[in-house]
Amino acid sequence: MATQEQEIRGIGHSVRRKEDDRFIRGQGNYIDDIVLPRMLHMAILRSPYAHAKINSVDTSRAAAVPGVIAVVTGDLMAQHNLAWMPTLSGDTQAVLATDKVRFQGQEVAAVVAEDAYTAVDALELIDVDYDPLPPVVTPQQALESGAPVIRDEKEGQTDNHIYHWENGDKDATDKAFAEADRVVSLDTHYPRSHPSPLETCGCVADVNMGTGQVTIYMTSQAPHAIRTVFALVTGLPEENIRIFSPDIGGGFGNKVPVYPGYVVATAASLLLGRPVKWIEDRTENLISTGFARDFHMHGEMALKDDGTMLGLRVSLLADEGAFHADAQPSKFKVGLFHIVTGSYDFPAAHVSADGAYTNKAPGGVAYRCSFRVTEASYMIERLVQNAAYELGMDPSDLRLKNFIEKDQFPYTSASGFVYDSGDYQGAMNLALEKIGYADLRKEQEAARAEGKLYGIGLASFTEVVGAGPHKDYDILGLKMNDGAELRIHPTGKAILKISSQTQGQGHETTFAQIVASELGIQPEDVKVQHGDTDNTPYGLGTYASRSTPTVGAATAMVCRRIREKATKLAAHLLEVSEDDVEFSAPNFTVKGAPDKAVTIGDVAFAAYTNFPDGMEPGLEGSYYYDPPNLTFPFGTYAVSVEVDADTGEWKVRRMVAVDDCGVRINPMIVAGQIQGGLTEGFGTAAMEQITFDEVGNCIGSNFVDYLLPTAWETPKFELFETVTPSPHHPIGAKGVGESATVGSPAAFVNAVIDALWPLGVRNIDMPLTSAKVWEAIQAARAAG
Amino acid sequence: MEVTITVNGAAQTVDVEPRELLVHVIREELGLTGTHIGCDTTSCGACTVLLDGTPVKSCTVFGVQADGRSITTVEGLGAGGLSPMQEAFKQEHGLQCGFCTPGMMLVGTALLEQNPDPTDDEVRWAISGNICRCTGYINIVAAIRAAAAAQSQPPAAASA
Repeated sequence: MATQEQEIRGIGHSVRRKEDDRFIRGQGNYIDDIVLPRMLHMAILRSPYAHAKINSVDTSRAAAVPGVIAVVTGDLMAQHNLAWMPTLSGDTQAVLATDKVRFQGQEVAAVVAEDAYTAVDALELIDVDYDPLPPVVTPQQALESGAPVIRDEKEGQTDNHIYHWENGDKDATDKAFAEADRVVSLDTHYPRSHPSPLETCGCVADVNMGTGQVTIYMTSQAPHAIRTVFALVTGLPEENIRIFSPDIGGGFGNKVPVYPGYVVATAASLLLGRPVKWIEDRTENLISTGFARDFHMHGEMALKDDGTMLGLRVSLLADEGAFHADAQPSKFKVGLFHIVTGSYDFPAAHVSADGAYTNKAPGGVAYRCSFRVTEASYMIERLVQNAAYELGMDPSDLRLKNFIEKDQFPYTSASGFVYDSGDYQGAMNLALEKIGYADLRKEQEAARAEGKLYGIGLASFTEVVGAGPHKDYDILGLKMNDGAELRIHPTGKAILKISSQTQGQGHETTFAQIVASELGIQPEDVKVQHGDTDNTPYGLGTYASRSTPTVGAATAMVCRRIREKATKLAAHLLEVSEDDVEFSAPNFTVKGAPDKAVTIGDVAFAAYTNFPDGMEPGLEGSYYYDPPNLTFPFGTYAVSVEVDADTGEWKVRRMVAVDDCGVRINPMIVAGQIQGGLTEGFGTAAMEQITFDEVGNCIGSNFVDYLLPTAWETPKFELFETVTPSPHHPIGAKGVGESATVGSPAAFVNAVIDALWPLGVRNIDMPLTSAKVWEAIQAARAAG
Repeated sequence: MEVTITVNGAAQTVDVEPRELLVHVIREELGLTGTHIGCDTTSCGACTVLLDGTPVKSCTVFGVQADGRSITTVEGLGAGGLSPMQEAFKQEHGLQCGFCTPGMMLVGTALLEQNPDPTDDEVRWAISGNICRCTGYINIVAAIRAAAAAQSQPPAAASA
């Protein structure tokens, strides 16, 4: 029994990922890879109209096709009380349409057949008699008096208004504005985009009446919560429902909601007694699943002439689509949008938000938005930039002047958040240094003299992640507390079961690294299990960058519980009192006699073979974590661009990203998250938009119209870091997965606006396509 | 109709409908699920395989078009072990969710056959038909270049 001298590859190590071994062999187990005996295939018939009455649905020709086993309609679902289902926002959503269709792409009927080709063939033979109705395509139209009521089936719904929500002190804010030297305002539409993970949504539903088991293999970022919702909606007993998400090919919030296809497939499996697979195609994914953003925002900032920020006022109109199905903490109608005061010390702020129904797909909270923080961060960082120009200040100076100071943390914002820690000046100064900001400004001046359009854009974001403390955070009443179970085996290896649900974030590696740091068991010796509701603790899942803040904390805490018992076992083996035992992973040593030691491996074996009288055998534990607060990652992004005035094209010359997410468990994985997020932010700023024509046809329903960045146009990003730990998190970590999508769009847009400001351009809404940039230049020149 | 395709070196005969896409033949008939489907407009490249050594989007090839020809899927990389490309993707963190990875590795493999020492831009151009939503491409490019460097090492001398 001696010490083990060996580097423990825990927190801080760029451990290569354990999950890669199956992916690089093509042995990932995604939903469409699952084949069960006697499995059937389902295809969904979708509405071509944005708004129409359904007079009849005739399935007789479809049902007659050889190989078709069943055709499911809204009427059939209604007989089982499943034509409608609850949404995560407390609204209802049609599973299969009965009275009307309310968006192009809405689910109307489903064919279940022996193979996928036959199912799709039969869709064309379903005859639906529609009477088109006037469509409501914008939220402004939706709220005009006399607008057609989309949700006329809801008792008491007489218009298209869904909610009104406010935050902040309106009187104090009005006073601040009244006393201001100047007010800067910005109107901007954050366009509708789509998370578009490379793997679409789908499920294999297996309702087995013989065993009573309901197994649903599902692309789900929140399997436990979905299991509970399924139990409540279908009446099937929760203990017999198993939701299993083996490997997920990207989520980005697209795989949080319950989609009608899951419910229809489950009902079909129940009725037919065979497994039913439903995998949507890309067009279905883009036109019917949870979109992102679509906020029409008006922001105003009150300032003194010396640049001191006095107050912030934002009003917004949210386009929610035909059903209110946002996945966010239930008390907050626009998520955590009230983080809009950002990194700045505003004495007063007020947010006013309204949501409207439109004849479009439901959604809004998705695509790495951190519960609407993307929208908020964009608003404040664009407003700050424009305010700087109007004041004649450099945008970096205006930010530095108003940043919350390092010694002001924990900081209570005018919106009521308590920011845990931050060093905004540190991140900004590092970004300015790394991009050579002063030199870029000189270069810009010289370039302007030659008629070249160089621009530099900044964004200093404050993110808010880790929902959350039980007092304020729940979804449909389910508190957002996640858990970890750890069992150490006789041979000193371990199994860790967690309630989060990775979609590529590397949980099988990073959470094992936490165990390594806490207990000294190497990450390769810790098997991490997730995604199977029968075999993991209850939790609300992975989205909004919450896994490290909640599950990471639970993992550290369960290790510490186990370490208490391990210390007792070590004392027993070392024949000393518990107080004389110290732990330094992986060794338990005797104080003052470091040669007397046992390893965690010795202790694990003893837990099964040599434990003291009165001690419960084994070495395991579980922990559910209720965070005391959210965590607040932050950073500064700096972008330099060149704009071609003749074509409107803009190119990123350099981008520097400084991120601070506290303690980094695996630096390589953190960098990967940021690189991916910056690319999605770039796509958002440059090319991604789902648009609709005046009758509600969805343009942007496939990858030819909805453009994603490829390797060719994606910039090369330069990543840097500062580290400001979270004081309340057990390992000092914050979340990071969404920082880059939150912070970067404003940085890109600010850079282009910076290039064009002298021409008279004040704003261009995203995406900044070359056509829009060119038109803005022409319009400014004409006005100038 | 019956078609015979050499799949990862072994001849396979399957009975397919003329309209059946090669990607479905690979996934359903041949049971090789490492080739993925990500879109319906031949835009994303998740279905990339090598057809007689050339990267093609197998969603835009009919199974019958592969009759008498050879295909390499991700399962055919590394013949028993792991190819330098596969090792490089793991070392360089060139994958996150893994869905685009088979296609990326196959395009990378084909690229290095043509161009054993590509620049960053040459790699980016080669993989511009393969969409990744997770990584931002930086580590994928690094992985392909690392594989190039590994492959250019002279083979170790045989032991006596």
